[in-house]
Amino acid sequence: MSLAVELLRNLVKRRATVLYPFKDKDRVHLPEGLRGKIAFHRERCIGCSMCFRVCPSETIEMTEDRIGKRPRFYLDRCTYCQQCEDVCPTNSIELTNQFENFGFNRKEYRIE
Amino acid sequence: MSTTEIKVPVGPQHPALKEPENFTFTVEGETIVKADVRVGYAHKGIEKLMESKTYIQNIPLVERICGICNTAHTICYTQNIEYLYDKPIPRRAEYLRVVAEELNRIHSHLLWLGVVGHEVGFETLFMYVWRDREVVLDLIETLTGNRVSMAFTTVGGTRRDITPEIEHKMRKGMDILEERTKYYRRTVPADPTILARAKGVGILTAQEAIQLCAVGPFRRASTIKEDVRSDDSYAAHDDVPFNVVTYDTCDFFGRMMVRIDETLESINMVRYCLDHMPKGPIRMRLPNTPPVAEAVSKVEAPRGEDIHYVRSNGTDKPARYKVRAPTSANLAPLLQTMTSRGKYDVYIADIPVLIAGIDPCMCCMDRSVRFVDPSKGKTWVWTMDQLKKYSKRM
Repeated sequence: MSLAVELLRNLVKRRATVLYPFKDKDRVHLPEGLRGKIAFHRERCIGCSMCFRVCPSETIEMTEDRIGKRPRFYLDRCTYCQQCEDVCPTNSIELTNQFENFGFNRKEYRIE
Repeated sequence: MSTTEIKVPVGPQHPALKEPENFTFTVEGETIVKADVRVGYAHKGIEKLMESKTYIQNIPLVERICGICNTAHTICYTQNIEYLYDKPIPRRAEYLRVVAEELNRIHSHLLWLGVVGHEVGFETLFMYVWRDREVVLDLIETLTGNRVSMAFTTVGGTRRDITPEIEHKMRKGMDILEERTKYYRRTVPADPTILARAKGVGILTAQEAIQLCAVGPFRRASTIKEDVRSDDSYAAHDDVPFNVVTYDTCDFFGRMMVRIDETLESINMVRYCLDHMPKGPIRMRLPNTPPVAEAVSKVEAPRGEDIHYVRSNGTDKPARYKVRAPTSANLAPLLQTMTSRGKYDVYIADIPVLIAGIDPCMCCMDRSVRFVDPSKGKTWVWTMDQLKKYSKRM
């Protein structure tokens, strides 16, 4: 049983799992380009509707205000594919590192 | 049917199955004399949905045909659309695709090895393998931004590039993975618990594998040296050297060893790609509307040969899309391995490992809807008009 050696070696190692919610030392490794919750910079948007056209899951709806067309994001439908960020000509859409997207109210998941 | 034969249904909900499918085994004592399968419990309607979305919107959708081999499906889809344009993509993008694909294969095979440990009743192996699999998942996350659903390839190339930091991390990760996989390569064939469960179980001879069109590691474990990556190379596979792993045991043990050895080959392929990565752009911009044409593309997914077909009609949406997932081809040979014939006896206790042996992904392959009336033993297919008529009558 060569796995027995491995078993004994692991007795003195620290645990491989991470407790959640995170305590002092427990953290998960978050890389730079993680695809998390969408952040929308409204002041940069020019209303070109490109994000609306590439979105696969109908997360984005175009609304009309006095300046022109602006997207509204329904994050509960988002698949985090990042295609909207890729096509945005003015970098007004950004996928942040925030991956904990849970809640009980759908209205919290609407970004304008 | 003689009086000693009993029919045992397994599924669609059963502890030994991870996905909904129904097997009916005709048993004589402990021996299985006949096996039958019924699938279609997880039909998702992806092909029809694809016809109503644009080519770019379809990329994340195709990724969701299969969660574990998602990269194989996206590479197959994107290169299929590129065939419609009939233009070669940048060489660097092709190398990046190979890196993503092989990382995906390492993750899939390690996941499968853990599942085998679980099915055999060796939970320790399951825990250790899945712990080591985290290394490759972290690498995938660093490269693509998500642990499993990569969204890495796009029509005309890839969406992200490998930076020197990511390359450094990847080389370190490959060293850890190689050491751990070599450890499993040594310990798994030496372990009496696994050997007792795996050796000589579920025989599929080379002749049967050819007759019944087995694909992937299942076929290669029956001594047949066939792999899409070497036989009909796509992306940068014509440059990247690797050995097609085969085993001559033709049993469950062979299937296990083929996958472990393929993991080692994949690690070497990732290293080769990092060493020989050409410089240049990673994406070529293509117009949104491909010309009217049809194309077929093949990719070696971790589970076997994955085939996609597309027909375009001059609009920005495909006119028809068809997916043949590898499990679909492996079902007929699976039934053969689960049937006692000649000198090979198959027992009820072998069922979980035999089903796990093909690395099944039933939800990927559920394609068509067929109506079944079990009381009359009747099956039929309805057209859309008939369905509408029926729904009005209800």
